[in-house]
Amino acid sequence: MKRYLEVLGLFWSTAIAAELEYRANFLIALLSSLGNLIGSLFGLSLFYRTGYNFEGWSWEETLVVLGIFTLLQGFSSTFLSPNLNKIVQQVQQGTLDFVLLKPISSQFWLSTRTLSPWGLPDLIFGLVLIGYAGQQLGLGLSNYLFSIIPLIFGLASLYSLWFMLGATSIWFVKIYNVTEVLRGLLEAGRYPMVAYPAAYRFFFTFVIPVAFLTTIPAEAMLRRAELSWVTGAGFLALGLLYATRAFWKFALRFYTSASS
Amino acid sequence: MPIVIVENLSKVYPVAVKEPGLKGTLRHLLHRTYRPVQAVQDVSFQIEPGEIVGFLGPNGAGKTTTLKMLTGLIHPSAGRVRVAGHVPFRRDVKFLHKITLVMGQKQQLLWDLPALDSLKINAAVYGIADKEFDWRVSELVEMLSLKEKLTQPVRKLSLGERMKAELLAALLHRPQVLFLDEPTLGLDVNAQVSVRDFLKEYNQRYDATVLLTSHYMADITALCQRVLLIHEGQLIYDGNLDGLIEQFAPYREVKVELAQPRTEAELRPFGELKAVDGTIVRFLVRRGTLTQTVARILAQLDVVDLTVTEPPVEEVIGQVFRAGVVA
Repeated sequence: MKRYLEVLGLFWSTAIAAELEYRANFLIALLSSLGNLIGSLFGLSLFYRTGYNFEGWSWEETLVVLGIFTLLQGFSSTFLSPNLNKIVQQVQQGTLDFVLLKPISSQFWLSTRTLSPWGLPDLIFGLVLIGYAGQQLGLGLSNYLFSIIPLIFGLASLYSLWFMLGATSIWFVKIYNVTEVLRGLLEAGRYPMVAYPAAYRFFFTFVIPVAFLTTIPAEAMLRRAELSWVTGAGFLALGLLYATRAFWKFALRFYTSASS
Repeated sequence: MPIVIVENLSKVYPVAVKEPGLKGTLRHLLHRTYRPVQAVQDVSFQIEPGEIVGFLGPNGAGKTTTLKMLTGLIHPSAGRVRVAGHVPFRRDVKFLHKITLVMGQKQQLLWDLPALDSLKINAAVYGIADKEFDWRVSELVEMLSLKEKLTQPVRKLSLGERMKAELLAALLHRPQVLFLDEPTLGLDVNAQVSVRDFLKEYNQRYDATVLLTSHYMADITALCQRVLLIHEGQLIYDGNLDGLIEQFAPYREVKVELAQPRTEAELRPFGELKAVDGTIVRFLVRRGTLTQTVARILAQLDVVDLTVTEPPVEEVIGQVFRAGVVA
């Protein structure tokens, strides 16, 4: 465990050092994240300006969902996409061989090898948005703490889905697009689930569990979440994490490594 | 006891078959047919600790596939492999500490950062303490003459320096068995020589076992007492280099300098003509009739000078692969 932490520290410090070689990226990330946020706020305001409400969600409450969504996006672009999208590349180029020959969990290596500081603006804007909405709604510290648990479950589920999709590159080799599809579907997490028709709600809860990523943590923050949903999120996360591990081991049995 | 044991090793890959043209592409997309390709077929050999063995064969002969089965990256279809007492495919932590793989055309070092950063990661992964790390790095840096190169971003190193840094990263954990796939690929002659010298020294200093593939015969002749020749997945020769020449090139080249030029018709009776260039004539003569032929040449032609040489190893091996000779 201590060794893993030490390795993780080195992974991340080298990743940041490598990324900072390219400084202009930061400005671009900042602008694009700001643009995205303004876009979604504008979209939301169109609904609420005319007095329309998502069933049971006030303007500020919806902002909490959007804030959590932005936070999640920041998390994905910081931790998930730089690593998990690279699995495809490693399989294609055969550098996965080096990873597999290291006396350390290959799943750990592939999941944490690098991190991109360019998700930072999203993380900050997400927090700002949640803080603003929380202040308007008079939320206290306990509200925020409550939401952390389902949020962690949500992140674990997201990671698992993403990793499994990346791992399918062992069979299909070129699947850059598959993670884009996942990203597209996750966009649905921008608004509370009640914003969608029943069929979609079912899909985003039980097929691609987007509901567990944003709506349920937001409900927990607003002290509206039912315990059953939060435990459900917990089981889902644990189940998916376990499935990811099993799936990776299974996939490796098919790995033939790129020929030179 | 041998450190590498390979018995009746085989690997069959399913390879998708695609007919040319649009029709073939469409069919390929909807319904794939696979054809089994025998990449390695019933290969057996053993390697003793401390040996340097060259693994030769044309592209696609099955060298890399065999190396990958020995390192545990792919699972054999049939046969038995033991490396340092382990079954490679299980990739036990203990096994991984004992081996290393260097691939000339792939790199593990981080491109944008100094090699030292990558080395530190490897040290942490292999659990090498700081003091030990410093010591090992300084020793290897000296052996590789890489001084001051480790603190430059890898992308700014020359190809030769990069390869040396790759070797350093691959050897930091002091593996007992080194699998090297084309370690000198694309290097200039000087860099090739220094990589070679390093491998030789490393082998002697740590009694490490080395199995290497290379397209450069000079690597093989400089390093390997023993070679394995693989062709179309089958092992066709296992022994030392001299034996290889005996077995596959049972002829000598006789170079004769004549006093005055002769026509080819006049020369042909003495042996197979390889080249005629004015007064310089080269014959290929079977070893069995060598003394007789040389005696006849000396008796019947005006000879200024005469030398007998073995054909170069490259030529012999090239011939073996072209003809597909199977011993």
